[in-house]
Amino acid sequence: MMEFYFELPLWLRLTVQGLAVIAVLFPLAGACSMAERKVSAWIQGRPGPSRAIVPWLAWIPGISLLQKLGVFHFTADGGKMFLKEDVAPGSVNKFYYYLAPLIAVVPALCTVTFVPFGAYWDAATETMKPLVLANVDVSMLAVFAVASLGVYSLILAGWASNSKYPFLGGVRASAQLISYELSMTLSVLPVFLWVNAPGGEGSLSLIHVVNTQAQPGLWGGMWYVFLMPLSAFIFLVALFAETNRQPFDMPESEADLVGGFHTEYGELKWGLFFVAEYAHMFVGSAIFMILFCGGWHPFPWLPLDTLLGWLGGIAPIFLNPVVSGVIAVGIFLAKLIFSIFVFMWVRWTLPRFRYDQVMKLGWQKLLPLSIGNLIFYAVAIAIIERS
Amino acid sequence: MADILFHIFAFMVIGSSFAVVYNHNAVNSALAFLVGLIGVSGLFVLLDSFLLAVLLILVYVGAVVALFLFIIMLLDMQGGERKPFSKATAAAALVGSALLAVCVMTLIRSFGGLNAAEAGSVVPVGANLKHYADLLFTSYLLPVQVVGFLLLIAMLGVIVLSKKFEGLEDVK
Repeated sequence: MMEFYFELPLWLRLTVQGLAVIAVLFPLAGACSMAERKVSAWIQGRPGPSRAIVPWLAWIPGISLLQKLGVFHFTADGGKMFLKEDVAPGSVNKFYYYLAPLIAVVPALCTVTFVPFGAYWDAATETMKPLVLANVDVSMLAVFAVASLGVYSLILAGWASNSKYPFLGGVRASAQLISYELSMTLSVLPVFLWVNAPGGEGSLSLIHVVNTQAQPGLWGGMWYVFLMPLSAFIFLVALFAETNRQPFDMPESEADLVGGFHTEYGELKWGLFFVAEYAHMFVGSAIFMILFCGGWHPFPWLPLDTLLGWLGGIAPIFLNPVVSGVIAVGIFLAKLIFSIFVFMWVRWTLPRFRYDQVMKLGWQKLLPLSIGNLIFYAVAIAIIERS
Repeated sequence: MADILFHIFAFMVIGSSFAVVYNHNAVNSALAFLVGLIGVSGLFVLLDSFLLAVLLILVYVGAVVALFLFIIMLLDMQGGERKPFSKATAAAALVGSALLAVCVMTLIRSFGGLNAAEAGSVVPVGANLKHYADLLFTSYLLPVQVVGFLLLIAMLGVIVLSKKFEGLEDVK
């Protein structure tokens, strides 16, 4: 099996790897819609969707648990998207109208290429080797670059729909996304100032950031969320704005814009916007976890290598490349799911901002705060490294 | 493989450049410009200048063209009102053809000027963060400062203009 895989041409292997990652991310993004309903129901003290079931499956004992969790509701929802009639309003610009949902999904899934999502134990070199689709030195910039393409889907959807509410949604979206990109980029700079020792080559690699959070000692093993709480906070707020999540969902605020930029969209096209939003959330959370919460390392001051060393002492199976890889990816996914839960928690707790409040917060509060934060850490890091 | 990719990206750049100029719809032009920028960034990747490629996408595709679209949508520009030629057109044509002449001359001069061995020894400055930053702070410090100053002036101009409009609100 292994030999057969490695005999395949490189482009085919890369395609298989890419498809494998998308095959995990796409259904997860879809399943989030279900989780969103259950979490909102839980927060509001309702049972949530709990009744849908396929009739002939109802005979299987114990299946009512899945029914209560709303699993069948989720599949019915997904099936509905595919089976609905493809309606396009007559007044739209057809080409851009159909292009917009595609532009939403493609960058959202492409960002995953640069995000490391785990590591495996390599017995030959006795080190952890990272798992990532494209290990480039500028991965942080690459993620920001590709993710910033997502704004076009909102602008184009709003413009191509050729009607007032989607148009307003599109304009708001482009203003909001560009405003918060600044604070977001500035907030991660202290992390890279800290991880790049003077005299080194200088790297923007996300893998490097994870590795520096797993060094021995009090300072080495500390996650950056403890070292730079303000950076983490600014990044998180900007992430909420960039993913258009409440309290920043200006582009689609139902109360004043009907549905915002996707008012004129239905069935699968609308579903693609939905999946793209969750895919952005996943990638954004992944970046947050990598930068500030130790990536695939289970606890602060307890790197995965140490844990695997202990487990390997009990049973050598844990040092198998596949098993160790699965453990690392599992830990990372658990962190991601917690982060997605936080997204939902905030959404169903905080009320939505007004549009002028969003702009004021972005330009007058968050941006000066992130610049001040950068200057503070630049000075502090310079002093620490001099001494 | 690299040759095929080069041709794909080159045609992408040239084709979309023509589309930018010849399109009547401003939104189409802006999006063609976007495709052209993606092609240029692909060419940078083929030259091993990953950093430049990513920066081009981040700054131009991610922000500048988005702002273009934003303005086009906000003003709802429809071409065709203007005269086809004016004095400004003539000046622009002069500057454009001068730039083109410089480009063509550089191209003709460089034919046979650099052999493969020499070309291989050139350090790809755009590939590495440290090299790139080093050049920005040494050889190209003055241009960077000048461009920064120009941007600052443009920003101040925008602030002054928009402030004026706010004062005239009740006059309108």
